[in-house]
Amino acid sequence: MERTLAWQIATVTAIRPETPRVKSFTLTLPNLLEHRAGQHYDVRLTAPDGYQAQRSYSVASEPERKGEIELTVERIEDGEVSTYMHDVLVPGDQIEVRGPIGGYFVWQAHLGGPLLLVAGGSGIVPLMAMLRYRAATGSDVRARLLYSSRTISDVIYADELADLAGQDNGKVEIFHTLTRAQPTGWSGYSRRIDLQMLTEVAEPVGPAPKTYICGPTLLVESVANSLVEIGLDPAHVKTERFGPTGGVPRGG
Amino acid sequence: MPEVQRGLEQGTGLDRALMVDGNAVAGLLYEIFAMEVTTGEVQCVFCGRRGAIGSLLAFTQAPGVVLRCPRCENIVIRIVQTPGAIYLDARGVTYLRLEKLSRG
Repeated sequence: MERTLAWQIATVTAIRPETPRVKSFTLTLPNLLEHRAGQHYDVRLTAPDGYQAQRSYSVASEPERKGEIELTVERIEDGEVSTYMHDVLVPGDQIEVRGPIGGYFVWQAHLGGPLLLVAGGSGIVPLMAMLRYRAATGSDVRARLLYSSRTISDVIYADELADLAGQDNGKVEIFHTLTRAQPTGWSGYSRRIDLQMLTEVAEPVGPAPKTYICGPTLLVESVANSLVEIGLDPAHVKTERFGPTGGVPRGG
Repeated sequence: MPEVQRGLEQGTGLDRALMVDGNAVAGLLYEIFAMEVTTGEVQCVFCGRRGAIGSLLAFTQAPGVVLRCPRCENIVIRIVQTPGAIYLDARGVTYLRLEKLSRG
């Protein structure tokens, strides 16, 4: 393999708010390598005095989207990089990135299914790339997503997830849980992800699902342990932890 | 290696909320190896567990990066950067297995 992972200057071509605290940034790069769903990019900021801050953000877009990538970034209150991206960047600005990075938390169609995806908060981002990729390639792999958010307004990609769930003869199923507040008439789960919820979501998906869990570290820990407890093979349970809620280094 | 063994003897008392995955330091590892290695398998010196580098527990909120075994929690890899160099201390690894790149 050639040494391909150089830092390069990306141009922000669009910024789209997803929720009050989350935005998606569309980037074009001089040397754009095709990524695999689940991979991330490193973003680096350099101050005039040379101080650098670097964070990793998952690619939200599918590899089939040509010529650009999309990163979805949650604004972390005391974050050094996410606050800059949210508060300062405007379309046309440039930003230093390198990627795509990471071969571990990756799903490709040849790996097969069924897919069991569990997300907490902005942990949805790499899993969304997998669902978008699944749809773009016409894969018929069965997929179930369990997605935990605080409130209904914190749900990222809400409309697109609803659309995905309505396609493919029910082969994609989305389960939401809202942990802090629920709108009237809410029919989803209303608590933190627990063993019973995981059993209800995981067991019908079929034996030996390829499982991807992404979110704050303690959520990922708890979900991974519970899934192994209900009999999933740890070798097929892949995790991507953020650190403390929202935190460092993935989120800030 | 008294420093490395301390975790096993005293219990590590890790703050697990702080940890991320080996996958999170894939960029830094790419700088060192000039290839993607997080899917490469390592064996832990202490407990013999074998698994992908991406599955190790990563602690990144220190001056360096510390990768620990998810089974026994001992330190398997440490990486420290200075302005001019990168130090890789992998004394907790028995071996690293990397797939040969297929010839096109």
